[in-house]
Amino acid sequence: MQRVGDSLPVKWTLIVLALVLTALVLVVPLIEIVRQALAGGVGELLDNLTNTYTLSAIWLTLLIAVITVPLNVLFGTVLAWLVTRFRFLGRRLLQTLIDIPFAVSPVIAGLVYLLLYGRNGWLGQWLAGYDIQLMFAWPGMVLVTLFVTSPFVARELIPLMQAQGRQEEEAAVSLGARGAQLFYRITLPNIRSGLIYGAILTNARAMGEFGAVSVVSGMINGVTISLPLQVEQLYQDYNTVGSFVSALLLAMLAVLTLVIKGLLEWLAERRQQRHSKVAEDV
Amino acid sequence: MKKASLFTVSRLHGLAPLALALALGGAVVPAAQADTTLTNASFDVARELFAALNKPFIAEWDKQHQDHLVIKQTHAGSSTQARSIIQGLNADVVTFNQTSDIDVIAHAGLIDSNWQQRLPEHSSPFYSTMAFLVRKGNPKHLTSWQDLAEQGVELVFPNPKTSGNGRYTYLGAWASQSALNHNDEANTEAFMRRFLANAVVLDSGGRGATTSFIERGQGDALITFESEARSLAKQYGDKYEVVVPKVDVIAEMPVAWVDASVRKNNSEALAKDYLNYLYTPQAQTIIADHFYRVRNEQVAKQIAGRFPDTHLLNISDVFGSWDSILSTHFASGGKLDQLQRQ
Repeated sequence: MQRVGDSLPVKWTLIVLALVLTALVLVVPLIEIVRQALAGGVGELLDNLTNTYTLSAIWLTLLIAVITVPLNVLFGTVLAWLVTRFRFLGRRLLQTLIDIPFAVSPVIAGLVYLLLYGRNGWLGQWLAGYDIQLMFAWPGMVLVTLFVTSPFVARELIPLMQAQGRQEEEAAVSLGARGAQLFYRITLPNIRSGLIYGAILTNARAMGEFGAVSVVSGMINGVTISLPLQVEQLYQDYNTVGSFVSALLLAMLAVLTLVIKGLLEWLAERRQQRHSKVAEDV
Repeated sequence: MKKASLFTVSRLHGLAPLALALALGGAVVPAAQADTTLTNASFDVARELFAALNKPFIAEWDKQHQDHLVIKQTHAGSSTQARSIIQGLNADVVTFNQTSDIDVIAHAGLIDSNWQQRLPEHSSPFYSTMAFLVRKGNPKHLTSWQDLAEQGVELVFPNPKTSGNGRYTYLGAWASQSALNHNDEANTEAFMRRFLANAVVLDSGGRGATTSFIERGQGDALITFESEARSLAKQYGDKYEVVVPKVDVIAEMPVAWVDASVRKNNSEALAKDYLNYLYTPQAQTIIADHFYRVRNEQVAKQIAGRFPDTHLLNISDVFGSWDSILSTHFASGGKLDQLQRQ
């Protein structure tokens, strides 16, 4: 009997096609980034890597990610929980609203924040009374990144939690589990993979965001320039090597994120195995 | 017991990065405030110029004061910078390549409207003109604006609607033809039609136009500021040469302190010192080394020969105020739109 996956020519055509596409779309551009970063030799690469502006861009990029990811993991989990476990008026509307940051162009998002929190915006004027300036400073960049990356976790969790239903949780409650216990022992283990994936997406976007942050950054060298902005600025400035060194740094941060993701998944899997082993022993 | 420990550990895991971020973020703010700072909002290709200019100024200031001076540079298209400052970018001084962009800030009430009278030379310590970057040997013999409108010549310059270089390119071509035909406007418009039709690409900014010309090999000439053409010729070695036409327009690089910011930052004296420093022989020499033409006669004499003799026309003499230039030529439905229609 013929089964799917039996046909050798189809199998090999697909494999070759996948390899060629991966090479063209993924590998060649990555190699080109490395090649361009090394175009001036290792010395120039190191100079570009260790100058104060690059170091501050790395620092700012990490700061944005380190604030954005936990806040949006928290926000996304609460939202997904609310939407999938409770029935209330406006639930559908809320589910649509979650997607707004996906639907809106990041530049528009940045602009709206600028018009609200800028010198002439009513929120900006109110904050200026307390001598607080969010725009053209790092808090503004964090704010727009929070907005742009807010749907990732919720969008990962909602389908997952909908598919799982609430039987397990109801069973736990009937056995006497309290709120926090319920969350950490039942809900969290079930959504762990979606949570990790959502956090990875949030992190990647937070570190790579260009459009929204470029509007509110003010481009102050060594102060409000994150790595993606630095790539653009050095390129505009005819410093191609510097630009590609920053691009390489961004790529390496992305790889690091993926490594962390792999590590977390491996740890989670191991814990799961240990738990089921304990369960069997009992 | 086991339950409790699981609970606390996972909770800490979640909060640790946030706590770290807040701690680190908090640590950065006071450190930056210990120094005296001056923020200079400047145009996009002036990064290296101001890095070189700031170094001696900071050294001199530090010698005379207890604390350390930090000059924060911000670079972007000068129209973008003007909009950012109006929205609250706290820049003490602006050093632009477009007079009209400082006017925009002045209209918003943040800079005194007589700013051009506050410093010498219409508040423009240095200037440039337009030049053609052509391929080695100048195979199409392009030496004047008129040559550029000949049939079969392909031009690369950025869109006059979105970029300063593009605007000066348009105005340079117009002014030189106008000088040639003694202000025969019909003749100038016919010339401008041919000139604009020779453009093979109109990128949105100067950097894009350079990429089209150098990396994609499009066009016979790239039209841009002389300073930029020269630094490109220097960077790309012997593949290109720079042509400056005999009759050209002056592109003034205006500077001003931002009254609203210096009042708030209490930095008026420092901002004025900094801008006046740009007129000193020391600063003018650095500026000339970056291929801009300078005002100081002593320095100009020392570097005579580095810049070809050119008859430079004043934009305001030929066209009037920038406000009227923008509305007559570059606004929607203005002269540029009409001339581009075939």
